[in-house]
Amino acid sequence: MTAEAQAETVRCAAWPEALLIATLFAMDPHGLGGISIKGRGSPFFDAWLDLLKELLPEGAPLRRCPVQTGDDRLLGGLDLATSLAMGQPVVQRGLLSEVDGGVLVLPMAERLSSATAARIAAALDEGQFQLERDGLTSLLPARFGLILLDESMGPEESPPFALLERCSFRLDGNGLGLGDLAGDGASLEDIERAKSALPEIGLASESLLEAICEAAQAFGLNSARPALLCLRVARMVAALDGRKVATLGDVTLAAQLVLAPQALQLPPPPEEPQPEDSDQQPETQDEAEQTEAEADAKPPAETPPDSQADAEPKSPPNPSEILVDAVKSALPAELIAALGSQAKPNRQGRASGSGGGSMQKSPLRGRPIRSRSGTLKPGERLNIIETLRAAAPWQKLRRRPQADAAPETGRKRIEVRKSDFRIRCFAQPKEATTILVVDASGSSAFQRLAEAKGAVELLLAQAYVDRSRVALVAFRNEAAEILLPPTRSLARARRQLSDLAGGGGTPLAAGIDTALLLALAEKAKGRTPRLLFLTDGRGNIGREGKAGRAVAMADALLAARAVGLAEIAAVHIDTSPFPRPGARELAEAMRAIYAPLPYLNAQAISAI
Amino acid sequence: MRIAFPFTAIVGQDDMKLAMLIAATDPGIGGVMVFGDRGTGKSTAVRGLAALLPPIKMVKACQYHCDPRADKSSCATGCVHRLDGEIPDVGEMATPVVDFPLGATEDRVVGALDLERALTQGEKHFEPGLLARANRGFLYIDEVNLLDDHLVDLLLDVAASGENVVEREGLSVRHPARFVLIGSGNPEEGELRPQLLDRFGLSVDVKTPDELAVRVEVVRRRDSFDRDSAGFAARQAEGEAAVREKIVAARARLSDIETPDAALEWASRLCMAVGVDGLRGELTLIRAARAVAALEGDARVEDHHLRGIAVMALRHRLRRNPLDETGSSTRIERAMSDLFGS
Repeated sequence: MTAEAQAETVRCAAWPEALLIATLFAMDPHGLGGISIKGRGSPFFDAWLDLLKELLPEGAPLRRCPVQTGDDRLLGGLDLATSLAMGQPVVQRGLLSEVDGGVLVLPMAERLSSATAARIAAALDEGQFQLERDGLTSLLPARFGLILLDESMGPEESPPFALLERCSFRLDGNGLGLGDLAGDGASLEDIERAKSALPEIGLASESLLEAICEAAQAFGLNSARPALLCLRVARMVAALDGRKVATLGDVTLAAQLVLAPQALQLPPPPEEPQPEDSDQQPETQDEAEQTEAEADAKPPAETPPDSQADAEPKSPPNPSEILVDAVKSALPAELIAALGSQAKPNRQGRASGSGGGSMQKSPLRGRPIRSRSGTLKPGERLNIIETLRAAAPWQKLRRRPQADAAPETGRKRIEVRKSDFRIRCFAQPKEATTILVVDASGSSAFQRLAEAKGAVELLLAQAYVDRSRVALVAFRNEAAEILLPPTRSLARARRQLSDLAGGGGTPLAAGIDTALLLALAEKAKGRTPRLLFLTDGRGNIGREGKAGRAVAMADALLAARAVGLAEIAAVHIDTSPFPRPGARELAEAMRAIYAPLPYLNAQAISAI
Repeated sequence: MRIAFPFTAIVGQDDMKLAMLIAATDPGIGGVMVFGDRGTGKSTAVRGLAALLPPIKMVKACQYHCDPRADKSSCATGCVHRLDGEIPDVGEMATPVVDFPLGATEDRVVGALDLERALTQGEKHFEPGLLARANRGFLYIDEVNLLDDHLVDLLLDVAASGENVVEREGLSVRHPARFVLIGSGNPEEGELRPQLLDRFGLSVDVKTPDELAVRVEVVRRRDSFDRDSAGFAARQAEGEAAVREKIVAARARLSDIETPDAALEWASRLCMAVGVDGLRGELTLIRAARAVAALEGDARVEDHHLRGIAVMALRHRLRRNPLDETGSSTRIERAMSDLFGS
């Protein structure tokens, strides 16, 4: 490992370790689930993949599955050409079944939709899947391993957790140069020998199993999967080594390969030094062994409770930062509903129709819904199955006149008329992201934060119907921050919101800037951002952190104009007790809808 | 056929197992929704249940495997010959447990024109779909919160009416589709549509066990199953048979279980205290308690039966206060100890 790589916070793979992982993975791709790899652009990745190809058994398929692959190619469907030639439906296998016995490579795994991920995960768990498509029913084998190419740029993006969790290994090729790629993996004979020995490999002692579970728990890995994968890897390591039992050394190595890299993605329990230890010294076998031995020797009662809540860092009790508990939202429900159903509030107005949650009919993209009859226009796609279904009842009738005219050609042709055409309709969820921008400054942050939390949760409660995401930006003291990146999950939002604190000055301009950046990022992802500002509009901290109302307001107006120019839908809810012209001016600069909020109701006050 | 991990070998997760046994005893309960983290054995339990369920008697000629004792009017096409007063051929089959795979197309779910027969023989013939296959059994939808909206709508309608009406491609078919819906999903992936959630009779939340000893046992059993499925299943066979008999006995007893007024009042008071809308909650509560009494071999519904299932019968029916951090389960528990003491 190079010095720079070691300095990085992300743990980099060393080549010998990558070699071992390739060897293990080649032994049983399906049993080990998969590998998540970072650093696709580096020479490391290509070298590693070439190596894996050599190690995989002869003829094992290695297929690439583009991120936008539709169900018909992923799962399979009707093989039209063969079906027509044979006169009977023939299944065309999808990628998941074509890679049976091999490896499926998923580039840009961080862009995979959760729906696609769920389909892949289901097949991975069962080693087969039930095809129920296009009038066909078939049980297809699908024993494969995954390679997720994680090309995410920051911590906000990551491959779907459903798939990550099923992967045994993580590799990071960033920071590895060509010079590091020395050495070869095991030979094919070694792998074959280890594979045949594998069923016989036992554990040196039962306490090793406990040690694995305990380590997984200490790393904050709640699911049983990582522990099982770790156990499997320990046995494989022993088999590769030509031993009959897996020892503490094997288990330690397996824990390093399987558990430690996963744990780094979760906050380590504060009292547990173990994750940090193996993080800094991943290559030092002795040290890690020591740590493992420590964990092993420790009676279970002493292990810290690892529930998520405990693992999350708690803010220290700081008088200026008041932890706010959620109270009932003071936001009028109609306003939230209006926002939810509002596609573009500026100029065109709210009357433009279709609600935010509605599906956008699109001839080309999205999920197929149903088909309609009509003439085929350029760019549209024929739903062949439905077209055949429409044509089927007429076959006898249509064949009759032709049979008289032309002699039998031996094979029955299917007579399809224009009126049979069924055109595929796709529906694309209009994905919207509502960004709440909350003024968390000063003493009254109490109420506003609580309202904002309430608004986020109410919006999320509708998220299933709406297909929209919610994000939260808060500004206080000198800066603004994204407290909740765009999410659709109520459970996650609730967890992150419970620690939201308020207090300090009002960096209004920074708040608007941050929100705009987030909105533009969402727009770049093809979603429709909407901004919802909850502030009294009285900024007192300028863009460069300078205090002063005049500067702050001038900066805020500039920032607001940028929002207006970017044509992003916005609503400004004035939270001050007496609406002032300044706030309205701000809203106008943003071309936002301006709504003064009836100040806190009695229920909210009594709840505090 | 691959061997499923035995139901009785699942460590812990008692709520989930109980909910499934209740649904197996009284299919009218309205299905089970299992929420939970990944890797907690949701799918494993359903597949294990399939292997455990006692076989059912059915009309051999019926493609919807109708109950020979059932009213003849319940089946549209398969059992027509019964109209003539004939005694149908009766066969036996395993209780269907049908997987609803993500990515299934509508035609395979509701059924459609049999393409092969239409093209080759020019016959108009209905090919039943997943809903028909699940009739009198279980329909399992993993990741139900990721299901496409138009399929959810379809499912809601069929689950409510117990009948699948197909009007497409010149076909007009109706057939019985009564099944126990089992859904599973991870709340982190997105919320479930309220209408669909409401259809489920029971809802359970599964969590990863946090005790080390339990976790070790989970991993140990899974590992020994992975290494020798057949041997593992054979070792569990006795326990499996015992549970199967328990279900059969409970089904036979179910209609004789007494429901004293005290139990009805108990249910009403609890539902009022936690603010459950409508009567569905109370009905489910009583029905589930009756199934538990039958499973436990008791003659009448007692308070402890109700207590054991109150949370799973009601937790998804409470009006949600999005800002209340207390989970629904806690609110029900609290109401129970307030009302009836601990």
